[in-house]
Amino acid sequence: MTSDVADPAEAVGIAPAADAGFLQRHGGTIEYVLIPGAALVGALAVFGVFVALFGKNPLDLYFYMYQGAFGTWFSWQNTLTRAAPLILTALCTALPAQLGMVIIGGEGALLIGALAATSAALALQAMPPLAVQIAMICAGMIGGGLWIMLAGGLRQYRGVNETISSLLLVYIALAILNHLVEGAMRDPASLNKPSTREIGAANMIGSIPGTDVHWGLVFGLIAAVLSYILIYHTTFGFAARVAGGNIRAAKIVGLSVGKLILTICFLAGASAGLAGMVEVAAVQGRTNANLAAGYGFTGILVAFLARQNPLAIIPVAILLGGISASGGLLQRRLGLPDASVLVLQGIIFVFVLASDALYGRIGFLKGKS
Amino acid sequence: MDFGRISRRHLLQGSAALALGSTIGARGAMAAETTIGFIYVGSRDDYGYNQAHAQGAAALKKMPGLKVVEEEKVPETDAVEKTIESMINLDGATLLFPTSFGYFNPHMVKMANKYPKLRFEHCGGLWTDKDPKNAGSYFGYIDEAQYISGIVAGYTSKSGKLGFVAAKPIPQVLRNINAFTLGAKLANPKATTQVIFTGDWSMPVKEAEATNSLIDQGVDVLTCHVDGPKTMVENAARRGAFVCGYHVNQSPLAPKAYLTGAEWNWEALYPKFVKMIAAGEAIPNFYRGGLKEEIVKVSPYGEAVSAEARKHADDVKAKFLSADGYAIFKGPMVDNKGKTVIAAGTDRGQKDPELEKMDYLVDGVLGATS
Repeated sequence: MTSDVADPAEAVGIAPAADAGFLQRHGGTIEYVLIPGAALVGALAVFGVFVALFGKNPLDLYFYMYQGAFGTWFSWQNTLTRAAPLILTALCTALPAQLGMVIIGGEGALLIGALAATSAALALQAMPPLAVQIAMICAGMIGGGLWIMLAGGLRQYRGVNETISSLLLVYIALAILNHLVEGAMRDPASLNKPSTREIGAANMIGSIPGTDVHWGLVFGLIAAVLSYILIYHTTFGFAARVAGGNIRAAKIVGLSVGKLILTICFLAGASAGLAGMVEVAAVQGRTNANLAAGYGFTGILVAFLARQNPLAIIPVAILLGGISASGGLLQRRLGLPDASVLVLQGIIFVFVLASDALYGRIGFLKGKS
Repeated sequence: MDFGRISRRHLLQGSAALALGSTIGARGAMAAETTIGFIYVGSRDDYGYNQAHAQGAAALKKMPGLKVVEEEKVPETDAVEKTIESMINLDGATLLFPTSFGYFNPHMVKMANKYPKLRFEHCGGLWTDKDPKNAGSYFGYIDEAQYISGIVAGYTSKSGKLGFVAAKPIPQVLRNINAFTLGAKLANPKATTQVIFTGDWSMPVKEAEATNSLIDQGVDVLTCHVDGPKTMVENAARRGAFVCGYHVNQSPLAPKAYLTGAEWNWEALYPKFVKMIAAGEAIPNFYRGGLKEEIVKVSPYGEAVSAEARKHADDVKAKFLSADGYAIFKGPMVDNKGKTVIAAGTDRGQKDPELEKMDYLVDGVLGATS
């Protein structure tokens, strides 16, 4: 055993066989679990104090949060259903982040993806459902991909800040959606809620067998794993990370930074566009203003909490899905306002960002150096 | 409920439903504590659409043997399906009120099919025979109350220019704008209503801009059809204009400027629904009504309303409450482009389905539907 372990009990908690070599090899990985975990516990503790100020028992709070998010099979399905779109929209922020870009316009790509997918389904009504579904996936991904590629292109060729442009493109996407839904694509029968025609029950993608969770969850898991492989186990991903680390160095070694930016932005937008397609094909059955439910914006939070790591997005999305699922129970049992969930999200966000300063500074995890 | 209209056939249906209720389960009897779930799309203290429903829920909380659970700010996505299921699975709710229009299809319909023994009552939807029988939709002809507001506004306005802050040019909203304008023209045939559409149900910044812009153009009485009238009411009152409220009574926000308003009367309807279920009566799946059926009401008049305006408004209200009813939309009626929309001799009563498709603004409204 090493002598630089500050708290033996903690070390035992992490890994009973902790030795310097083990810590040297895995200290970084442990950090990635321990620090966000501690930040989460800290945030929950502060939220407990906040709730206690309203005269509610924090222990009740934790119990209802657990019950509402993970306590029953139904709660799990509720959590996973809410997590599904977040995995895909979080990738829209996390992928460009590898290049050092801050894209916050996933919501716009989601809306354009939904519109494109709906258009494809309405145009191909005569085709068999599987063909329609595949066409919807392609259309949704291409639509969303081109949308974020626009922000990437503006950055690469016109020097427009991609954070601002991607955010503003959200409002343009929403305006296009409203314009089409209330005009050219409107189902004349949708009187008080302007909507497109329905894509048809046969073309809906439905739920994962045995559950109420739609296929968007599986799409999200696949996309997250593929993104992880792309970023950390391919030369393309390596090139992207090099460009993200130092764009001049990347240019000097001959990397085509423009191509990297456009490709990554396309993939990012495609992933949010896929989330839009899923919302249409698994939930709404048509396009209307309901699609602008803020998944794109919550996705930004997920990506930052996951430190832009595509694999870490999965547990973080499930965590935020769980918080959102338990929010209803907090309202109903404790009489807390809906905004209390936003307060908790905010506290978690602050704690996780602040905990960034701790990486590499926890003595016992550094091993002998 | 219009009990005067209950015929023998209805009574037979009622007793059949009672028998059915007792075989399906004790749900109809309401013996044990019954849990009722309310779901709102916005916050329940918005001085508007959602608060009106929350007031209805509050009326149920006062009744014995009922437990009410509420959830606010539930978006019109699968989140509302999960909220409904959570209320059913974790709270034991057997009667649900998803109160926002966009909850109806596909979300509530899907849940009603999944839980066929539970009862779903939706506000605003257009229930048809294809929809599940354990679901229903209810709504009110609130244009009747807007018509009364229009009369009061027409008398109060000195400039003859009225303003309307509206969300979207959909039939429900257009019907309110038209009814308000027609009411105002009873008081002042030269009155006009300038309408501004903000584009969405909750756009406080645009609503404030629209309010200011209308007042800058000389408008001195305003009303609105958005989810939360608070912005319009407070801004207009600050600028010295008068207001007619919408959804709930906003007079606490502007006691001096508040003339009257078109309000929902859910605190009368919801207890009625619960009593009907307890008595084993079937609630009609498609339930509609206006002032007479106590689904909508008019706010008490503010101090600025003249005696003349009160008398005229009360007279018209009495006609709405009379056995024959009163048609706001009757021919000949032209829209604001000069096209005849209702032919001479045609009366369109409150239940006329043509009115549900309204896509025009009547003569006297300044503005366009697109």
